[in-house]
Amino acid sequence: MTQFILRRLVWMALTLWAVFTISFILMKSVPGGPYSSERALSPEIQKNFEARYGLDKPLIEQYFDQLTYAITFDLGMSTRLKDFTVNEVIAQGLPISATLGVIALSFALILGLTTGVLSALGRGTFTDVFFMSIATVGIAIPNFVIASITIILFVFLWQLFPAAGWGSASHLILPAFALGAPYAAYIARLTRTGMLEVLSQDYIRTARAKGLPTYQVVYRHALQGAILPVVSYLGPAIAGVLTGSVVIERIFSIPGLGSHFIDAALQRDYTLAMSLVLVYTTLLYTMNFLVDLSYTFLDPRVKIPS
Amino acid sequence: MPSEINKEPSINSKGARWDRLPDTYNYEDLLGEAKKYKGVSLSQDAWKRLKKNKAAMAALSFLILISILAILTPFLPFQSPRNTQTELQFQGPQFSILSDQGLGLATLSGTAYEQRLDLLFGDKNAFDRMLIAGRVNLFGDACFASWCGRDELGRDVLARLFWGARVSLLVGLVAALVSLIIGVTYGAISGYQGGMIDNLMMRFVDVLYSVPFFFVVIFIITILNAPDIKSFMIENGIDRILIFFLVIGLVYWLTMARVVRGQILSLKEQQFIEAARTIGAGNTRIIFKHLIPNVFSIVIVYLTLTIPQVMLFEAFLSFLGLGVEPPDVSWGMLANDGVRAISPLKIYWWLVVYPGLMLAATLFALNFLGDGLRDALDPRMKNRS
Repeated sequence: MTQFILRRLVWMALTLWAVFTISFILMKSVPGGPYSSERALSPEIQKNFEARYGLDKPLIEQYFDQLTYAITFDLGMSTRLKDFTVNEVIAQGLPISATLGVIALSFALILGLTTGVLSALGRGTFTDVFFMSIATVGIAIPNFVIASITIILFVFLWQLFPAAGWGSASHLILPAFALGAPYAAYIARLTRTGMLEVLSQDYIRTARAKGLPTYQVVYRHALQGAILPVVSYLGPAIAGVLTGSVVIERIFSIPGLGSHFIDAALQRDYTLAMSLVLVYTTLLYTMNFLVDLSYTFLDPRVKIPS
Repeated sequence: MPSEINKEPSINSKGARWDRLPDTYNYEDLLGEAKKYKGVSLSQDAWKRLKKNKAAMAALSFLILISILAILTPFLPFQSPRNTQTELQFQGPQFSILSDQGLGLATLSGTAYEQRLDLLFGDKNAFDRMLIAGRVNLFGDACFASWCGRDELGRDVLARLFWGARVSLLVGLVAALVSLIIGVTYGAISGYQGGMIDNLMMRFVDVLYSVPFFFVVIFIITILNAPDIKSFMIENGIDRILIFFLVIGLVYWLTMARVVRGQILSLKEQQFIEAARTIGAGNTRIIFKHLIPNVFSIVIVYLTLTIPQVMLFEAFLSFLGLGVEPPDVSWGMLANDGVRAISPLKIYWWLVVYPGLMLAATLFALNFLGDGLRDALDPRMKNRS
C-alpha cells in the first residue's frame, strides 16, 4: 500500500517536472523572452523581474533557479495583476473552483445514478426510454450551449436565478447544472448498463428469493457491482469538469481559477498561466490517484499492484 | 467438407494419413467447389451489419450531407458571411424564402467585382472563387432570406453557420488525422519492438496522460499570441488554423497509440508475421504492410470517436476567444457571439440555439457512427446477423 502511494507520488513529481520543463521551454522560445518583450510592463515590475528571474544568467541556470522556486511553492508575481503573487491568486480562486467542481460532480453522480438505476429497474418502460433519450442527447451537447440555454430560460424568461456572479447558493445552481449535465448523462448510461448486467446474476436472484424488498436488493447488493464502471469513469469526468469549469466560470463571471487562467492567457500573464497549468496538473493527478485508490476499496477483486 | 469433396476414400479425413498426393481431378473439383462460395471480407461483413443499424446509418447520412453542404457553401445561394449591415442588427429569423437584398455581384465585372467579392467573402482561394463564380452564374444575386436571424453586426447567421461548418469540420478532420498518424506509428513501433523500448514508450504515454492538455494548449496559444511570434507567423504566411491542426493533433494521439499497441502486441505473434519474416521482410515492411492494415478497423472506430472530441476542443477554445480568429468563423465562435449578446433587454435566442444545434447534432452523429462502427467491426460478430 505505502509502496503504491509512494510510486504514484514519484510519477506525479515526474509529470509535474515534465509539464514545468515544457512550459519553461515554451516561455523561453518567445523571442526576447516573455518578460523583456512586454512593452506595457511598468518599470517597477520590470525591475522586480530582472532581480527575481536573473535574466542575464545563462539559460540552464535560470531553469534550475525557476525549478527551485516552483518546488518551494514560490510561484512568483503576476505580471498583470499588480501587487498580487501567484499564490494569492490561487488562494483566492481555488476554493471557488473547487466548490463549483465538487457540486457539479455530486450533482452528476446523484442524478446519473438515480436515473440509471430507475431505467435499469424499469427496462423498456416509458421511464427507461425517457431518461435514456435525454441522456443520449445530453452527452453530445457542449456545456456552454447548455449554459446559455439555461440562462435564457431561467434567468431572463423565468427570473429564477441571478445571471452571473458568486456569493450565494442561488449563484451556484445554474453553473453546477451546466457543468455537471453531460457527465450526469454519461453516468446514467453507464449505471444502466452496469445494473442490467448485475441484475441478471444469481446472487441477485437469491437476494430476491429470500424476500428482500427491491430497494434493499438494489442498495445492498446490486449497486456495489454496478457502480464500478462509474467509478472508473470518474477519472475522465474529473478531467472534463476541470476543463469545463474554465468555460462555465467565464460564462457566469465566476472569479475562480478558470477565469484567472483565461485572463492570464488572453493578457499573456505568463507566470500566472504557467503556475496554473502546474496547479491543474496537480489537481488532476491527485484526483485520478484517489479514484484509483477508491476502486481498490470498492472491488475486492482488484488488488493494489505492488 | 472434405469427405464430400474428395472421392478417394484413402485420403478421406476419417483417420487416414496423407500418404500420397490426391489426383489432379480432385484439385479441379476442389477449385470448382471453392468457386461456388464467395468470400466475405471483414469490411463487407461490417458494412452489411452497419447498414442494418438504422441510427448509425442516419448519422452517416447526416454527416455526409453536412460535409457536402460545407464544401459547396460558396456555391449555394447564402448571403455574405461577413458583410456588416448595422441597420439590420439583431434582426430575428425571417420566414420568406428569398432575401429582398441581392448579392450585388452579377452586374459587376473586373476590379469592381473583385472589390465587392473581397467585401462579401474576403480573400478566398481559387477553388472557392470558382464556386462563387458558378453560384453567381447560376443564381444571380438571389440569396436565401435570414432564416436564422442576424447577429450584432447584421451578418446573416445562416451563412455564418455554413462557413463556420467548413472550419469546424476541417479542424476536426485534419487534427484527428494528425493524431491518427502519430498515434498509429507510435503504437505500432512500441508494440512491435516490445521489451525495454515498449516499456519506455508506454511510460512516456502514461506521463502524458496525466497532463491536462487543455491548459497546456491554452498556454501554447498564449505564447503564440506574443506580438513578435504573431508578426513572424504573418510574415511567413503561417495560418493560425494550421497551428491549431498540429497542436490539437499532437494532443489526441495517446489513446490511439495505446489501442494500436495492444493490437500489435497480439498480432505480431501470429503465423503470417512469422511467414513474412522467413521470406526476409524487414521491420518497416512488416509494420507498415502487414501489421497496420490489420489494425485498421479499430483505428477507424477511434478516428470517428476522436473527431467529436477534437471538434469540441476547438469549440471550447474558439468560445474562449483563443481559437479561430475573426474574420474566420467556427461554431464555437458563433456560440460565443450568441452568449455575449445575451442581455436582459431582449433575448436573441437564435444566436445561441442555431450554432449550438449544429454543433450538438454533428457531435451526436459522430458519436453514434463511432458506436455503430465499433459494433459492426467487432470480429466476434462476424457472419452473425
